[in-house]
Amino acid sequence: MDLQRPIHELTAAYRRGETTPGAATEAYLARIEKLDGRIGAYITVTAEEARAAAAAADRRYRDGTPLGPLDGVPLSIKDVFCTRGVRTTCGSRILEQFVPPYDATLVTRLAAAGAVMLGKGNLDEFAMGSSTEHSAFHVTRNPWDPSRVPGGSSGGPAAAVAGGLAAGGFGTDTGGSIRQPAAFCGVVGLKPTYGRISRYGLVAFASSLDHPGPFGRDVTDAALLLGAAAGHDPRDATSIDAPVPDYTADLPRGVRGLRLGVPDEYFIAGMDPEVERAVRAAIEVLKGLGAGVERVSLPATPYALATYYVIAPAEASSNLARYDGVRYGLRAEGGGDLIEMYEATRAQGFGAEVKRRIMLGTYALSSGYYEAYYGQAQKVRTKIAADFSAAFAEFDFVVTPTSPSVAFGLGEKTDDPLAMYLNDFFTVPMSLAGIPAISIPAGLAEPEGGGPRLPVGFQIAAPAFAEQKLLDAAYALEQGIGFDATPSGAPYVPMDGIKRTGSGGEGDG
Amino acid sequence: MISREEVEHVARLARLALTAEELERMRAQLNAILVHIDALRAVDTEGVEPTSHAVPVVNVMREDEPRACFPRDAMLANAPDRSGEFFRVPRIIED
Repeated sequence: MDLQRPIHELTAAYRRGETTPGAATEAYLARIEKLDGRIGAYITVTAEEARAAAAAADRRYRDGTPLGPLDGVPLSIKDVFCTRGVRTTCGSRILEQFVPPYDATLVTRLAAAGAVMLGKGNLDEFAMGSSTEHSAFHVTRNPWDPSRVPGGSSGGPAAAVAGGLAAGGFGTDTGGSIRQPAAFCGVVGLKPTYGRISRYGLVAFASSLDHPGPFGRDVTDAALLLGAAAGHDPRDATSIDAPVPDYTADLPRGVRGLRLGVPDEYFIAGMDPEVERAVRAAIEVLKGLGAGVERVSLPATPYALATYYVIAPAEASSNLARYDGVRYGLRAEGGGDLIEMYEATRAQGFGAEVKRRIMLGTYALSSGYYEAYYGQAQKVRTKIAADFSAAFAEFDFVVTPTSPSVAFGLGEKTDDPLAMYLNDFFTVPMSLAGIPAISIPAGLAEPEGGGPRLPVGFQIAAPAFAEQKLLDAAYALEQGIGFDATPSGAPYVPMDGIKRTGSGGEGDG
Repeated sequence: MISREEVEHVARLARLALTAEELERMRAQLNAILVHIDALRAVDTEGVEPTSHAVPVVNVMREDEPRACFPRDAMLANAPDRSGEFFRVPRIIED
């Protein structure tokens, strides 16, 4: 069975009776069993629940009453969404044994759409990181080159989709945690507008920045997944009460006559020249499709990373105060008074990166520093959003690279937090502004120092709630590039029955 | 630059027990990050309103209707320690 085809092709095969959700689910579970020891895309595999959901979908297809475009579709869900009766760890020791009593709204909506959850995807602890190396349990390897990271923090779902260990997935993007792993893994990742998908049941990292969103093998899949997940939720006061269109309705509309701004500030010194080449080539593709492309300036961009690394840790330090060893999660043994119990529990339960962020955020919010750090960062955030508003007065979209580099090597940046943070340079501005942005594969690049060629991500950002237009443009670019998102050279992949791309879908080839 | 004493103070505020080695590493790493963050001070934000949420939503109201809540046992099921219907914690009040 072809496990690396898009969702819309898989469900077409269901409808034609060529295969069934049950058979597809078994095939994915078998592949996970065979390969995930080496990829590490999952923290928990929910085989039993998946089989039950698939059997129900089988019956619906047999009766000619499938629920919609995700019925019977096997997905990886980042282990930061609560799942009733299935442990939800957030990649942390402190929640290693936590079994939520309820489902996140996203999980409820996907179940109602007939989707099959294969398991809970790996992530950097509490979604803090850009490589998935900060998971307390294991690293996730990039299916294009297992010596490299899949990006993060949603590295598990991204690697699962790229490696044929799920048909699609959901992650969260706080500063780039969907878009950057999508770029590194050669799949499509979408961060919708803030509030477009409910955060109810999403374990909080930075509440004003946390955006759930989909991973798909192509833009059509991302549109289908978004459509099922989006919508108002009375349980999340920040979710937006706006109608959810059929995001696939106008995909073939094209980009002719649309205006694209290319921000000068996103072509920085230190960017991998191969990344720049692939991104420039994709811009030429868009021009060839009839889009108007011009330079634009987003002058506050150089301050976005610093702004993010004040606001996100500040919110995290507050959100993570709830892990106190009293109501749920780990409690450190060893006696002592209540305060000592808190301190020991949090020391044992949190990893180094989470501690760093808690410390940074606590410092930024502490007496005497609040205005200089947090207050100032909130004001710079306003300027970053204003840059985008000004750009969107002239342009339909802003287009940029997703990440300054291709996937880096495991261990390369774990000892240098700031170098790790710099990965987010191109993705945090859209997070701070709350606007939708998508990463799609622009082609393959030669990594410095050799090895298999690796995907490059191309980012398109749009005004708030313009997801439909954004997906239409991404679809046009995807068709223009013709990228085939299948790892071609990964040495571990036994390609039984799986489509291979000979030379890989090169962006400009 | 953040001092070792400040790191200890912040760790206490954050309820994190750090070893001597962790404190020193944290100090060095926080300083490296703060040097980057200090660039924010140079931004002119005179008259700029702060943003707490990118998409402003204020005063979300709903009807005040009674509804079912989670059963007590479900809420206690994840407790590291409990006593009957209560979460049990180390003694807070001395005899």
